[in-house]
Amino acid sequence: MHYTLNSNDMIPSVAWRNIWRNPLRSGIIITAITIGMFAGVFSATFMKGWMNQRLEAGIETETSHIQIHNPEYRKNYDIRQIIPKGFDLAEQLSENPTINGVSPRITIQSMVASAETGTGVKIMGIIPEKEKQVTSLSEYVTEGDYFESISRNPIVIGKKLSEKLKIKLKSKVVITLQDADGHLTGGAFRVCGIFDTANSMYEETNVFVRYQDLARLSMLSEGVAHEIIIHLHDQNDLNSTTLALREQHSGLEVLNWKELTPELGYLNEIGNLYTYIFVIIILLSLGFGIVNTMLMVVMERVKEIGMLMAIGMGKLRVFLMLMFETILLTLTGGTIGIMLGLGASLALQQNGINLSNWAQGLEDFGYSSIVYPVVEVQMVVVIVILVILTGILASLYPARKALKYNPADAIRTE
Amino acid sequence: MGTHNHQTIQPHNHTAMTIIEIKELFKTYNDSEVEVHAVNGVDLNIEEGEFTAIVGPSGSGKTTLLNMLGGLDQPTSGNIRIDDTDLGKLKSSQLIDFRMKNIGFVFQSYNLIPVLTAKENVEFVMHLQGRPKKEREARTMQLLEAVGLKGREDSRPSKLSGGQQQRVAVARALASKPKFVLADEPTANLDSKSTENLLNIMEELNKQEKITFIFSTHDQRVVNKAHRVITLEDGKIISDNRKK
Ligand SMILES: Nc1ncnc2c1ncn2[C@@H]1O[C@H](COP(=O)(O)OP(=O)(O)OP(=O)(O)O)[C@@H](O)[C@H]1O
Ligand SMILES: [Mg+2]
Repeated sequence: MHYTLNSNDMIPSVAWRNIWRNPLRSGIIITAITIGMFAGVFSATFMKGWMNQRLEAGIETETSHIQIHNPEYRKNYDIRQIIPKGFDLAEQLSENPTINGVSPRITIQSMVASAETGTGVKIMGIIPEKEKQVTSLSEYVTEGDYFESISRNPIVIGKKLSEKLKIKLKSKVVITLQDADGHLTGGAFRVCGIFDTANSMYEETNVFVRYQDLARLSMLSEGVAHEIIIHLHDQNDLNSTTLALREQHSGLEVLNWKELTPELGYLNEIGNLYTYIFVIIILLSLGFGIVNTMLMVVMERVKEIGMLMAIGMGKLRVFLMLMFETILLTLTGGTIGIMLGLGASLALQQNGINLSNWAQGLEDFGYSSIVYPVVEVQMVVVIVILVILTGILASLYPARKALKYNPADAIRTE
Repeated sequence: MGTHNHQTIQPHNHTAMTIIEIKELFKTYNDSEVEVHAVNGVDLNIEEGEFTAIVGPSGSGKTTLLNMLGGLDQPTSGNIRIDDTDLGKLKSSQLIDFRMKNIGFVFQSYNLIPVLTAKENVEFVMHLQGRPKKEREARTMQLLEAVGLKGREDSRPSKLSGGQQQRVAVARALASKPKFVLADEPTANLDSKSTENLLNIMEELNKQEKITFIFSTHDQRVVNKAHRVITLEDGKIISDNRKK
């Protein structure tokens, strides 16, 4: 049996009008689909925004794009595993046109102590001007400043750490570490600035001092570095630049942020997966509601379907008519829901959604408490396809049910 | 379809043409404990242009006979030939096509698609047949006028009386220019005035357009209008009278 839809075909029109024969019943299922798809789309854009912010925060304030180490350094953070001509290398790298900024660092595991208490931290000796080009940490200094006000041994620490150590701006802290010769040594630093990022864990475990101060304390000679941090102009050059640098500096370990923090690299995929699973679960449960509605429709219209078959409507056409009706029903709710979801997301794109009242612990894990939803076209397209697919799948069973009758029996049913 | 291109069916020949030939037709239902011989050996010929009533008590097999005649139901045994076509030899998809092109149906109720207007209901079959718009509209208007519903083209069935709905059904049944129209108790839900009105229209169409009507009824006044009355009892024909 062949069937082609032509422009003056009545089947879609009949299907559409059939939806409104029982406005209450159709309205209920359409409302359910609307709410479900609103939730699906809104949570998708919310999730996307959240993940993007986490990524941004992770890359821009913490890892930057690419890091170069002595290949032995990351094994146990041994102070002696240095890049001997770190400064020269940094200078040379900054010539690369895809590279935006390069910052050489000394990085040492150490103890920081206030008058009250102490804790283990990673201390980083940086050149403030260069560091500004690779991480945005300086922008997060909310109290004091970034290596400006204090001239002798300034230190910039995280807000969380300041709370833990019960110290304020200008307070003195003592750094204790093992120097390059293996001797335990210590130095006093004064808090110059306090930074407040979205990641409390990071705030608590990382402190920054000037390169020359730390080099002196740790008996490292000027010009060496433990790590060279590289920031690119364009994130799209990440893989190619990583590979190129790896080739040029085969004696060193060149890693980009995806390799350094794989959990961040997967964040995007995990976020998408989560969203799709969520949407599919919503659609699955809505699908059962749709099937139920359409079964009621078929039961109610047995006689009418019998009449339609009698006057020459083939089974395929009856099937298609019910399928159209189901898809139109689903798409109506789906479209409204998706539109509302997108509308809400776009409306909140400016000011964000403030979660701080409900989710105090989020910042501990590097998630901002103000989320700015992000609308991704690809995701919306996938959701629309899933909605259409749901309509098609949900129509199969009820439409097949309608075909079980022969016209004589259908007309006879009471 | 070449034979359907004329507005009216060819004038009656004196040697009346047999359009339906029923031979030894049986329909047995055995889904309950007792076998029901709903149609129990019927032999019958219907000629072109007849206006025939099938009567008989409830359960005598009228609906079963009409359903088999319309290709809506399969006989247990026996043979139905419409013109040159043996219904039993058609595949189900061919049967649907055959019904659409050759048989008009009027049922007791649920005749119309409630979401379509009178006009759209009549046009519907022609849509299924893929007839051009011009032809559809002209024929629809002509038929609605013939059944006295000019001016009500755009009303939905719920806005029409039972009698008017049945008249739309008759117009719809004729839309595809069928060889004959089967009507199972078309007046069962109508008051006497609407019944008379519908019968007059059917009789007029039969006279003017030579449409062959076969209808079942319980109503004596409807029986009186018929030109031929076939009486069924327990699935058998017990009498067959031609009046005019
Ligand atoms: N699908 C079916 N299954 C079983 N028995 C059936 C079925 N359809 C009809 N019958 C039986 O067949 C017999 C004939 O029924 P049918 O409906 O043809 O009679 P009818 O003359 O049309 O009656 P009425 O005047 O009440 O409409 C009845 O005994 C009925 O119970
Ligand atoms: Mg009956």
